[in-house]
Amino acid sequence: MRFLLVEDNASLAKAILDRLRLDGHVVDHAPDVQSAEDFAATTDYDLILLDIMLPDGDGRTFLKQHRDRQIETPVIVLTARSEVSDRVGVLDLGADDYITKPFDFSELEARCRAVLRRRGGGSSNERRFGNLRFDPMAGTLSVEDQTISLRNKELRLLEVFLSAPDRIFSKAKLVDRLFSYEEDVSENAIEVYVGRLRKHLVGSGVEIATVRGLGYRMSLQ
Amino acid sequence: MTRRAHVSGSIRRRLLLQLLGSAALLAAILFVTVLGFVRDVAEESHDSILFASATSIMDSIAVNAGEVSVDLPYAALSMLGNVSDDRVFYRVSRAGEVLTGYSDLPAGEATVRAGQPVFETLDYKGETIRMVTSSRRLSLNGAPTDIEVSVAQTQNGQAAILARLSRSALYLGIGFFVLSSALAIWSAQSSVRPLKSLAQAVSRRGPKDLRPVSRPVPSEMAPLVSSLNTFIDRLGVSLTRSEDFIAEAAHRVRTPLATVRTQAEITLRRVEKEENRGSLREMIRAIDETSRASGQLLDHAMVSFRTDSLERVDIDLAELARELVERLRPVADLKDIDLHFANSGTPRMSGDAILIQNAVRNILDNAIKYSPPERQVHIRVSGDGAQARVSIEDEAGGFGTTDTHALTERFVRGENTQGVVGSGLGLTIAREVAEAHGGTLTIETSKSGAGACVTLCFPSH
Repeated sequence: MRFLLVEDNASLAKAILDRLRLDGHVVDHAPDVQSAEDFAATTDYDLILLDIMLPDGDGRTFLKQHRDRQIETPVIVLTARSEVSDRVGVLDLGADDYITKPFDFSELEARCRAVLRRRGGGSSNERRFGNLRFDPMAGTLSVEDQTISLRNKELRLLEVFLSAPDRIFSKAKLVDRLFSYEEDVSENAIEVYVGRLRKHLVGSGVEIATVRGLGYRMSLQ
Repeated sequence: MTRRAHVSGSIRRRLLLQLLGSAALLAAILFVTVLGFVRDVAEESHDSILFASATSIMDSIAVNAGEVSVDLPYAALSMLGNVSDDRVFYRVSRAGEVLTGYSDLPAGEATVRAGQPVFETLDYKGETIRMVTSSRRLSLNGAPTDIEVSVAQTQNGQAAILARLSRSALYLGIGFFVLSSALAIWSAQSSVRPLKSLAQAVSRRGPKDLRPVSRPVPSEMAPLVSSLNTFIDRLGVSLTRSEDFIAEAAHRVRTPLATVRTQAEITLRRVEKEENRGSLREMIRAIDETSRASGQLLDHAMVSFRTDSLERVDIDLAELARELVERLRPVADLKDIDLHFANSGTPRMSGDAILIQNAVRNILDNAIKYSPPERQVHIRVSGDGAQARVSIEDEAGGFGTTDTHALTERFVRGENTQGVVGSGLGLTIAREVAEAHGGTLTIETSKSGAGACVTLCFPSH
């Protein structure tokens, strides 16, 4: 996906850029309102991540102009304000959602997904592997003519495997990707989700193999 | 908290007492004056009748062949009978010798001169009489001689008339007093009315209404209003400053935290060694705990500030809860927790929407946070006209044996919170919001026994 990140704090911006690129997204960075407008005018983004306190103005001004120009790109506001005072009025100004700093990236991803699903976009993001078609936005998996909805953890597990087919993922890494750091989970919990995913993949020509002592690997049969 | 003012006296009462005192004094003076005047008039008119009677007797005195003869005219006495039924006495005497009439009628003390009648009030046979004595000089056998005529009447009728007149004067005084009391009450009321209406105008304001008071007031109140306006200005400045401070503080704390957290997540993706991964996970949890605690402390400060002076608007609790459920659904999805929303009735209420939202969000947050994956959370909203309630039931294991009341104390956490990031302020905030709206927060074990059911209940109006 193509993101525009509007954030003035250089180190936070760098961290977010790195993190999003790690997941294979394309991200541009605008440090102020002016350059954010320039970027938004020249490039089509799937999503804009917008900070509120910016050096040359308020993120809300950008938001308002953005909506006044009838640009449809969804916007998620990154706010550091307290939850009570925020409500921000940013939703009233046309933001699609907001997330409070510091945020869990899986929550940000979940919110992005929810926003894009609401906007009805994202069919271009469909992934194919073997006989299976996977729409991460809609959270659906199609094998030949059969389409099923995946639960969130199954969906994210599939995403992880599809991001690097034929690569071995250890249980520990999968736990990091699937569970929030708030939860205490044993690595065995992963087995349950791998088991479910295997059931969904029957007939797709794609398999998840157990590599003894190392982890799991997804590959074509 | 509204502090009661320290009251010393009342302007209205003081004014009223002063006006009533003056009215009473004036009424008494009026009564005495009128009574004196009436008494004088009555006495004068009685005197003039007595004098007329004496004059007509005097006129009937003639000298015939060296003798003084008195032919008492009927009218002379009957004119007195017209005034009242009082008994009439008379005496005609010459140089101290009684010619006719009542000889024991007391003689006046004053010396009587011709043409100048003397009026006296005397005692006669145990009764008070009013007597006039007039004198005339006649020529008898070539020598001048003084004839004195006295006419007297008892005063019973006169006293009765006076009593009647003084009763009228009393009524007049009382009437005057009653009328002036009414006027005093009216004027006391109307003189404090501008004060009252100013007080109402100020107390009707919402907590965010910090405009200066512009309503016209009497000049005596102008200094009060202008110092009130100065005070409102200062309050506005300090409120803005503290809101800015809270926003700025949050920004300063959370932005670096966000950097650290993101970097830690990235590093966690890269390192392989189990020990390092464990430390990084601990780091991220500590960051989450810090940010949640700082957020809730700020929220708590804001909530306390707002509950002090509620800004009430009409709220559809169902709509508010539904929005929150939609907002938290992505977070619940991460754990494959299903949020079920149900609404029955029309749960309308009046309150501070931001506070109510915060309270419900804290409870819902808790339910999601403490539930194991793939469980159900039920959000039920209901309203019956008298009450609006929202209850959130989870399958997170309940609060165990922890005292459910203690849970709403600051920084107290339940038994099922091991290993979960939290500050222990969420339920405190929710309870404070409920109580500020005259509502309640109840915590019980859910019907299935699998978790807790937290209910916020608000009066509809």
